[in-house]
Amino acid sequence: MTAPVLADALGPRARRRVRVASIAAGLLVLACLAVAVRRLSDRGQLESDKWRPLTEWPVLKFYLGGLVNTLKAAAVAMVIAMAVGGVMALARLARNAPQRWLATLYVEFFRGLPLYLLIIFCWLGLPQLGARLETFWYLVIALSVYNSSILAEIFRAGILSLDRGQSEAAYSVGLGYWQAMGLVVIPQAVRRMVPAIVSQLVTLLKDTSLGVVIFYEELLRRARITGEFFHNPVHAVAMAALFYIAVNSVLSAVARRLEARQRQRYGAGRIDVAGAEDVALTQAEATAKV
Amino acid sequence: MNVVFDNLDVFVAGMRTTVSLTLVSFAAAFVIGVVVAAFRVSPVPPLRAVGAFYVGTVRNTPLALLMVLFFFGFPDVGIQFDSFWVSAVIVLSAYTGAFVGETVRAGINAVSRGQGEAARALGLTFPQTLRVVVLPQALRTVAAPLGSIFIALIKNSALAALISVHELVGNTEDLITDFAQPIPIFLGAAVGYLILTLPSGLMVNVIERRVAIKR
Repeated sequence: MTAPVLADALGPRARRRVRVASIAAGLLVLACLAVAVRRLSDRGQLESDKWRPLTEWPVLKFYLGGLVNTLKAAAVAMVIAMAVGGVMALARLARNAPQRWLATLYVEFFRGLPLYLLIIFCWLGLPQLGARLETFWYLVIALSVYNSSILAEIFRAGILSLDRGQSEAAYSVGLGYWQAMGLVVIPQAVRRMVPAIVSQLVTLLKDTSLGVVIFYEELLRRARITGEFFHNPVHAVAMAALFYIAVNSVLSAVARRLEARQRQRYGAGRIDVAGAEDVALTQAEATAKV
Repeated sequence: MNVVFDNLDVFVAGMRTTVSLTLVSFAAAFVIGVVVAAFRVSPVPPLRAVGAFYVGTVRNTPLALLMVLFFFGFPDVGIQFDSFWVSAVIVLSAYTGAFVGETVRAGINAVSRGQGEAARALGLTFPQTLRVVVLPQALRTVAAPLGSIFIALIKNSALAALISVHELVGNTEDLITDFAQPIPIFLGAAVGYLILTLPSGLMVNVIERRVAIKR
């Protein structure tokens, strides 16, 4: 997106000035790149034998297997987190006070902790509690618990963002609580939540890389193994970054597209909650334009 | 629970490192973010491209990966630091800076057009327009998302433990290995984090209400 606020059509003088600045900035960027390349090549980091093994099919297959493991953990965790998050959101909005308190406690507790801590707890603590599982499940449980608390907030904010009139109208035509929720409120709320959910999915996908600490063979772990094998840790990890960027860019683009479409249709920005890493990028724009 | 009270000093030391990591990284990330946002709205195409590339790459890469990459990468290009704390701060601020940049950019776009037009009509240059007129308004609009990023940073700073910085999670890991009592130690660490994150959340709300622009 170009700058809509700060520059309108440029006149001849401004155009000349921008051209000069462009050339200067371009040269500066090139100079930075040149220095970086120099430093890397001085230390033999750009030699092809550091990179070549990474482009061979068996190694690529190893990486792709890691990516599959990453996606598997992310998918399972996302499904569980959405289910638990949904229940918690409904419980936080329930009329029954103890239910509300319990759900609030759950959400506020897990939302305030780093995922890393939860993963370590699952890995070292759950076996002591008698739950001996595969590494995959320790990672998935930690991811689900953490993300369910964030998703619960997204869901709750989504439901609360609907006009009260919707549920009032539903009650007035004789629907019960669950009917009103299921037929009127939730279907509308879900549509508003979609962009936030997709963004959270990107965060979750990135967070699976923490599986590296408990030796789950996701993409980052496999990159580390490859790096140790070929003695090129930096190159191996940089390679993994390309995989992550490819997958996440697509998902991010989808999220942005959905967000834009939603703003067009409903004139409202995306649902957003505190404590989520990737907050709404355009919420501020939306509030300003309303 | 005795194991927690006996090692209270270890938890507190960890919390202190977590706080120092967070505060220093946030300050640096804020500067990076504002610069990146300025790049992305500037009329100069190469700067826009650099900003977009930076945000697009960093935002889509896991923080854990960046930690590992720079842990091995810094020495490879001949940059050595006295402590891993510095490496961790650099990675955390580079990562968070991308998110701050996106948020600030959104804030800049939220400032109404007339403001920029008025500034130009007065003859202010682009940097002046940005610094004197647009950014002060933009930053106030995005106080809430920035607060959210701050809280996320408190939690993300835990990843410094990956490169053996002894912050709260790192110390927790050590204690669990030493005493083999994961459950009480986990609860201790959890309380430590909640002491940091919950008040931050409240503070963010207060600041947001103070600086919010009534429209």
